[in-house]
This record gives sequence, structure tokens and C-alpha cells, in this order.
Amino acid sequence: MATVPTTANVVVIGAGIVGNSIVHHLTRLGWKDVVQLDKGALPNPGGSTGHASNFIFPVDHSRENAHITMDSVAQYREMGVFTQSGGFEVARTEERMEELRRRMSSAKAWGIEAELVSPEFVQEKVPFLDADQIVGAFWCPTVGVVDSLRAGTIMRERALETGELTVVPGVEVTDLTVEDDRIRAVVTDQGTIEASYVVIAAGVWSPKIGDMAGVRIALNPMVHQMISVGPCPQLAETDGEISFPIIRDMDTLCYERQHGADMEVGSYAHRSIIHEPEDIPSIEQARLSPTEMPFTEDDFDPQLEQALELMPELLGAEGAEIRYAINGLLSLTADGNPILGESDVKGLWVSAAVWIKEGPGTGRAIAEWMTHGYSEIDVSHSNIARFHDHETTREHTRARTSEAFIKTYGIVHPGEQYASDRGVRWSPMKEAQEAAGAVFHETVGWERPWWYESNAPLVEKYGDAVMPREHEWDARWWSPIINAEHLAMREGAGVIDLTAFCIFDITGPGALASVQQTCVAQCDVAVGKVIYTPVLDARGGFVSDLTVMRLGDDHFRVVTGGAHGMADRKWFKDHLADGATLSDLTTELSTIGLWGPRARDVLASLTGDDVSHDGFGMLSCREISVKGVDAPVLASRISYVGDLGWELYVPFEAAAALWDTLLSAGADHGAVPVGIGVYGTTGRIEKGYRAFGAELDSERSIVEVAMQRPKVKAADFVGKEAYVAQREAEPLTVLCTMTVDDHTSASGVKRYMLGGEPILTRDGELLTDGHGHHPYVTSAGSAPSLGKHVLMAFLPPDQAVVGNQLAVSYMEELYPVTVGSVDSTPLLDPANERMR
Amino acid sequence: MRVLVCVKRVPDFSGEVLLRDDAQAADARFVGYTLSNHDLCAVETAVQLAAATGGEATVLTVGEAESVEQLRTALGVGCTAATLVEADPVALGPADVAREIAAVVRDHEAAAAAYDLVLLGNDAADSGDFQVGIRLAHELGRPVVTGIKTVAVDGDALRLEGDGPEGRETFRVPAPAVVTVLEGGVEPRYPTITGRMKAKKVPVEMRAAAGAATGSGRLRLTLPAVAGSSATVLGEGPEAAGAVVDLFEQLGVTR
Repeated sequence: MATVPTTANVVVIGAGIVGNSIVHHLTRLGWKDVVQLDKGALPNPGGSTGHASNFIFPVDHSRENAHITMDSVAQYREMGVFTQSGGFEVARTEERMEELRRRMSSAKAWGIEAELVSPEFVQEKVPFLDADQIVGAFWCPTVGVVDSLRAGTIMRERALETGELTVVPGVEVTDLTVEDDRIRAVVTDQGTIEASYVVIAAGVWSPKIGDMAGVRIALNPMVHQMISVGPCPQLAETDGEISFPIIRDMDTLCYERQHGADMEVGSYAHRSIIHEPEDIPSIEQARLSPTEMPFTEDDFDPQLEQALELMPELLGAEGAEIRYAINGLLSLTADGNPILGESDVKGLWVSAAVWIKEGPGTGRAIAEWMTHGYSEIDVSHSNIARFHDHETTREHTRARTSEAFIKTYGIVHPGEQYASDRGVRWSPMKEAQEAAGAVFHETVGWERPWWYESNAPLVEKYGDAVMPREHEWDARWWSPIINAEHLAMREGAGVIDLTAFCIFDITGPGALASVQQTCVAQCDVAVGKVIYTPVLDARGGFVSDLTVMRLGDDHFRVVTGGAHGMADRKWFKDHLADGATLSDLTTELSTIGLWGPRARDVLASLTGDDVSHDGFGMLSCREISVKGVDAPVLASRISYVGDLGWELYVPFEAAAALWDTLLSAGADHGAVPVGIGVYGTTGRIEKGYRAFGAELDSERSIVEVAMQRPKVKAADFVGKEAYVAQREAEPLTVLCTMTVDDHTSASGVKRYMLGGEPILTRDGELLTDGHGHHPYVTSAGSAPSLGKHVLMAFLPPDQAVVGNQLAVSYMEELYPVTVGSVDSTPLLDPANERMR
Repeated sequence: MRVLVCVKRVPDFSGEVLLRDDAQAADARFVGYTLSNHDLCAVETAVQLAAATGGEATVLTVGEAESVEQLRTALGVGCTAATLVEADPVALGPADVAREIAAVVRDHEAAAAAYDLVLLGNDAADSGDFQVGIRLAHELGRPVVTGIKTVAVDGDALRLEGDGPEGRETFRVPAPAVVTVLEGGVEPRYPTITGRMKAKKVPVEMRAAAGAATGSGRLRLTLPAVAGSSATVLGEGPEAAGAVVDLFEQLGVTR
């Protein structure tokens, strides 16, 4: 058996499904001198892989998770360890049937075969299920089970065959050595390995290993209970591991999965049971394995009854005994996504909170990312750099995962807010906003007013123009006040709190070189200019889109959204030129937006500085003084809502004064406080502005989203070569804006799409773009100034024709839509005259 | 036949044993609690006897409130009544436990629910005192046999079998009697879902201790030095098959 070497190029910590997949893909991509460690023995070192129930339902509402899962299934199939069983998600209630209709939307959007079926259909395939207990089901024939331990062994052996992998089980990692923010070595109980790269793929133990390098990996080991009941006579005579479809009993948050003669019942219904990584027993201390904790019967008892209800003859059969029962530990994160990517320590990578269904796909993505700087499937929602500091604390993770656990099989609205660990970050205007009846939604800890109840009278004023929504689901986490605020802004002015922006300065002699090599747009501009720019990876996919202000020869200020700001900051840090420094001003500067046809009147009434169109042109910025505000205000003439106005940057301590001053001076001009509902959705969607994470990600090119400029700058930048090539080629997909022509459902209730729905032909036929993807709604929202509901989607180029009539499928009904824009031409004010 | 089976909540160790900080008891936080194999066999014996005779099996434990979990385990496999004498198990000695069980037996007898047989596991998996059964028989003035593997009804008497130093031993004992059960004679069943659900509904008789605990005189527990485990690689691939078969034969697990 191999011993711990003294040096390695890359050390992968962990030999579960994730670590094995990573060593396979790294060596396949040509990595040399790879070492894999695990504390346990092979092939089952005792982590979550060893007790996983190993079934895969490919449909997920998240595109990223669905694509990673589909890639994983393809890999499992190739390895010969996938058994297709089919699977049902059964509904006991009408509310769940509606969720299953939404499931159908996602299935169609990702091109996964599925259909809604009757209880009788389910019973035909699963004769021991009591059809009277359910009202219908979602049938997915490509559901299956995998042998994840065998898959891990196959991948590890393939890596070994390259001659570049050394595997050493039974080794405990005791420390990680970091010098100058770079990983240097892995210290083990059997010697130290100097290494250039280290990957933490240690499942539930990852936080403990991350701590050794000062890297907080925000996952929580949580209990998922399962029992195995058998032998069941109905299963005893069947061949192989599984011959009946898997049942997810969604309303009781349970599943039933055949395993030979036994039926495994698993639950996501019980109270959240958390174990800190330090409280997981060692292999020697554990009864079965470290992640198979003692079963707590009382927590499972309600599930027994519900499972018996559904399968009385099977689970109640003579001789069918509970032969195995565990509190299995698995990894959960606050937002439900894995934790992937390079940490703040250079060379130290993380691949954690990954489940069986994502294992091989994630391993491939991580290996590609380490090799090329990007992965074929965009994994930006799982990027470890997404976390803000408070989101990496154990307390936050514990609170959120506790809350999220019960939602594993839950019906989660796309706008749903967390209730726990709220009120972490407030803007300086909190008091005034609360007085105005702000309804706060959270973005990365920031409490942001989504709309203001004080604007309720505007709903009366604008009447049906606020496009009220009749259906509770469409109107959940939403208010017609948003649309009323929108109309008020378009008529007079809106004052919007944008404190959640991430702001960082890049200074020093290398500042220009830093932003030039990072941004697509020309950054060598005059001081006082504002640049809106894409940021690309090496293959020409979007890393971000953001604004940069040149405040001095050697001084640039980057402003980007809060949600993605931390990843952007890491990207800029990683691409700093010599002689450049990055400093974060996020918690020092507040941003207030002032937009609308009367914005200039409002600002002019408060300043002696020239704010005329000629004196303060578009895409320029400068410091002005504002009456009643005891600090300089940096004003930037830019707009994400399509109206004349400014973003005003002001020190935190002066922000409340600026807010009050703008609103009181603005009152005469019809200015009202306006929430993020307008800023993030209605304002931008009328203008066709793209949002990162919705329309823009690393799988999309500038050309596909029609954001190319006439020229490419001479200076080099990341992704330039790819971008130049993209400009020469015909796009494989085209981002289009559509309007819904008729909202009336079969029941007569008008329905409003929320995003994620498939775009089909008028006859309901599937469309496919040049990437093999099917169109789905990337953003949806009211466009009150157009009186329309607007959808954005990537269409096959031959369908990207203005006036083209298509359909959107919402809750399994088709609604007619018409393509309104096939490039970045806005539906509202195409000539951008309102911005002048 | 009415059978009382007495069980003890013990840590479910299979690997390294941990002690609580005060060294007065084992620490079960990583492994949870269970019934020992002797206790499980005693429960199985009780349930089989009850079924064979149209009688009833009652389960009893003396211990902390959480011991109700172990009573439910026994109820889940066929016991139909349960009694919990609530007491701090660390403070109790074998004489205390015997006295508490005897009190229950007498009280139940007074309430016209006498037991023909009291079964116990041969010894406790954690404290290992080997005393409660004998002390209980003494307290009740009944015959006792220890280390028994199977129990059968033989007219008015019980036929008990176990392995003695000279070979198989068979006893004929008049009821009522006390018997301690050694694992290996019967195969304990696992609970069924319906059994578990029934068990949830059985009311547990809760009792306070009848007398003050005198303890066992034990000062503290200590762990023996851990013998390092060692692994021998028998070979790799198909060539190892012969060595594996030899080992199986040596262990006596082949037939």
C-alpha cells in the first residue's frame, strides 16, 4: 500500500463520490502527480456516500443543478452503474399538484422527459401503492439508482491507470500550511506533503479541514433519517436491486425506494437535527460509520404512519421488519447550493455539499475550472466566493440550514424569503424606510425595501395600470404597489436605496492595467467617465457585468450588485496587475438612486453644481455638494431603470440625510421612495437590461445577449480571443424579449409567469437552440408603462424574429407570446430619449 | 403464562468505548442506546412464551425517563404492557435494582396480575454485575437459573436449557421462577412498522423508586488499554480467494 509522499502537485482530501470524481477528471485532463487522501478505508471511507440512498431525480427548478445532475447521470451510465427505475412524485393535495405542474415547466425547460399522470397510472407501475391516498403524480421515466461506491472505485482506478495518482487511505489530515495567502502543504498524521494545489472534498468534515487554512466552508452536517423494511414478499421475487419506480411522497416529505427485498423509507419531515463537524465520531467511535448516527425513533414515528398509509400491504406485510435505521448525516448549505471553487487561499479549492446526483458532474466541473479557469456548465450559483462574511459563520449556516431542511421536498416559491437570521445588515435609511412602511426582502444579509406601503394610495391612483394579479401564487411575495411605484417614477421621480451594492476601489500605478485586462470595455478613459462593461472568462463567457468609474489617473471604482459582489471582488483581486491594490468600500459608502423625468429638477433644487444634460453628460461622474448633506456626494449619471437620473454615492453617516433631503425636496416634483421591485424587475425589464445570474452567466457570450459594441479595444483582456471569434460566428442562440398576449387561463383567472417557464411553439412543440438547450424564461415581470407582462428568453436564431408568435407554458397551460425584441433594443423608449 | 421481562438501557457500542467525564458511566453520545443481546433474547423468549401459551409478556426497566425508548422497543416486538421505575441508573447498585423489580412484582401480584416467570438478560452490557437475577430470586423467594438459552413450558413447570461446563444442561423448575437469559438460544426479531405503531399507543406504567438507592460501591469506571487493531492483507484479486476460504474455515463460519 502507498505511503504518504513528501511532495505532490495536487492533493485531493476525500475519497467519497466527489473526491474520486475529481481525481478522475483531473488526471483525464492531464494533471500530473495527484495524491488522494482519506481518513477512512476504501472503498467506503465512512462519509455520506457510504449510506446514500443513491437515487436520482433529474428535474430540479435550478438550471445549474439540473445540468450538473444530467451530466452526472451520463457519467454513471457510461460507467455501467446506473439502473433506470423511473420515479414518481406523488401528490396528496391539489396544492401539490400545482407544484407538480411547475415541475413540468422545469422538466420541459431542461428537456427532461416527464408527464403528469393519474393515481391509476401510478398503481399500475407500483401495485402495492394505495391509489386512494393520492390525487395524481409527476412521472419521470429516467429516474434511476446508482452504485455510488462502485462508481467511485471505477473513477479512482481510471485515475490510477494514468500513473499519475497515488491513493493513501487511513491518513488523517491534521493541518494545512498557508504562506502568503497561498497553500503550501498538507500536514497529516503520517507526514507532510508539500503541494501547489489542495482540494477539500471531505463532505461533512469539510468545514473542519477548511478551518485549518482559515477558510470557512459554510455547510452543516444534518440528519436525514432513513429506515429499511423487509423482507417484503412483494419485492422478494424481483431481480436485482430495483424493479419498481421510486416514490417521492412529496406532501409527507418522504420517499420509498426499493432495495432488493427491502423498502427503504427516507424522510425530510423531521425536526432539523444538526451535528457540528467536530461532533461527528471518529471511525473507531462510531457504531456503524461516522455518518450513520444512532436512529432517534420518535422523530421518525409520524413518517411510519404516513408510509404505511401509502403502502399498507407492502410495509405492513407479515415478516417485514425494520432491519436498518439510521440518522444519516448529509451536507446542507444555507441556499441549498454546493460550495465550489478556489477559496481566498490561492491554490486551495473546495468541492463540498455535493450530493450523489451531482457528484461526477461536479467533479468534472471542478477539474475543468482548475484546468481552464472555467467549466463547461456554469456553476456560478455554487461559487464559494458568493458568500459574504456573515454568511460563512456557523450561526448563520445553522439557522438557515435548519430552516431549509424541511423545504427539501417543500413547495418553495421563487420569491420566498428566509425567516431566520434576518436584520443582519441595514442601510442608514432604515428608520425613514420603516416609517414609510417598507416591506423588506433580504439580499445577502441586506434588508432592502421591496416596496413601501406608504405608496398604497398610488395603487388607487393608477387603477388597472398596476396590473393586479388575481392568483395568490402569482401575487405571493409581490405587491401591486411595486407597479404603482414604477409608474410614479416614470411620471415624476423615484428615490431608490441601493446600499447593498458592492463597491471596491482599485488604486496605484497598476490600477489601469488591472481594469483594462479584466474588463471588455475601454477603461483608458478620461477621469470622470463611467464605464458599463461585461467581464469575461477565458472562453468568452460572462463572469459579471458591472460599472467602473475612473476617479483619477490611478484610481478606479468598481460598483456591482450585492448578490454577486463577493465573487466579483475575488475575480478582480485575482486579476490585479503589479502595483495595484483593491480596497473594499461596501460598508463605507451607501448608494441612492434618483431617477425619473423630474430627477434633474429635484437634484438641481439641492445643488449649485451644474447638473444639466450638457454640463453633466451621460456616463460621467463627479462630486457635487447637496444642500443639507454634510459630505461630498459622488454623482454618476447612469441608469438601470431607463430614466434620467443619477446614482449618488455618499458616506454611510451622511446617507440618511441625503435620503430625507431628496424625498422632501422631491415631494414637489412627485418623487416617492421606490423599492427594489422596480429596480430589479419592472424598470430593467422594460428596458431589456440583462441581469447576471438570469440572462448572463459563463455559458453565455456577449454576442448571444446582443451586448457587443462596434469595436473591440486594442488592449488585451481576459476572453478577448474568444470574444473576437464569437463576433465572427453566427450565434447559436439569441436573447429575446417577449410580451404575453393573453393571460387568461382555462379557469378564467389571469395568470402571470414568474420565471423558469418553457417557451414553446404556439402548438406547444419544444424548441431547441444551437447549444441543444430549450428556451425558458430567464426573467419575467410586469412592464407597467407598456401595460404588458414581459418575458426574456434565449431562442433558437430562426425563431428570433420580431413579431414571431410563440407560447409560454405556465402550470401546464399555454399562453400566447410575441417576440418584441431580438437584440438589446428596449421595448420602452427604444431611442433612450427618456434618459436625456 | 404471564411473563415479566426486565431490560436495561445500555450504550450501543461496537467500537471504542467512551466514558463520561465523571467516569461513572459510559458516554453514548456517538452511538445511542439499545438493549443488549442478552436482553433482546430475553424479550424474544418472553414474547414466544406468551404467544405459545396465550399469555402476556410485560416489559420492565429501572432507569432514567429516556429508558421508555427501550420499553417501546420491547413493545414493538410483542410485549403488551410496560413499567418504568424511574431512578438514576448511575446511583443504583444490583441490590437496589433487584429490590425495585421485586416491589413491582409484588404490587402487580397484589393487583391480581402475578407473573409465572421473570426473565432477565444474563448480565448488563455496561456495568456487568451479574447479580440482579439472583438477588431478585432471593428477594422473591423463588428458584433461579442463570445462563439459560431456551425456555419451554412443561406442564406446570418450566424446562430450561443452557450450556454448562460439561455440556448441555437441562433444568426442570417449578413456576413461578426467575431465569436469566444468555444470547444465542433464540433469534430476536426486529420490530415491524405496525408493531412499532402499536407500541406507541401502549401506556407505560410510571413508578417512583420504592426505596433509597444504596449503590454498588463502585468508585469509578476505567477503560482497559486499547489493543491496537491490526490488518493482515490476505492477497489481492482472485488469487486471494483460497486464503479467504481458509480463514472462513478457521473461523468456523462455513458449513
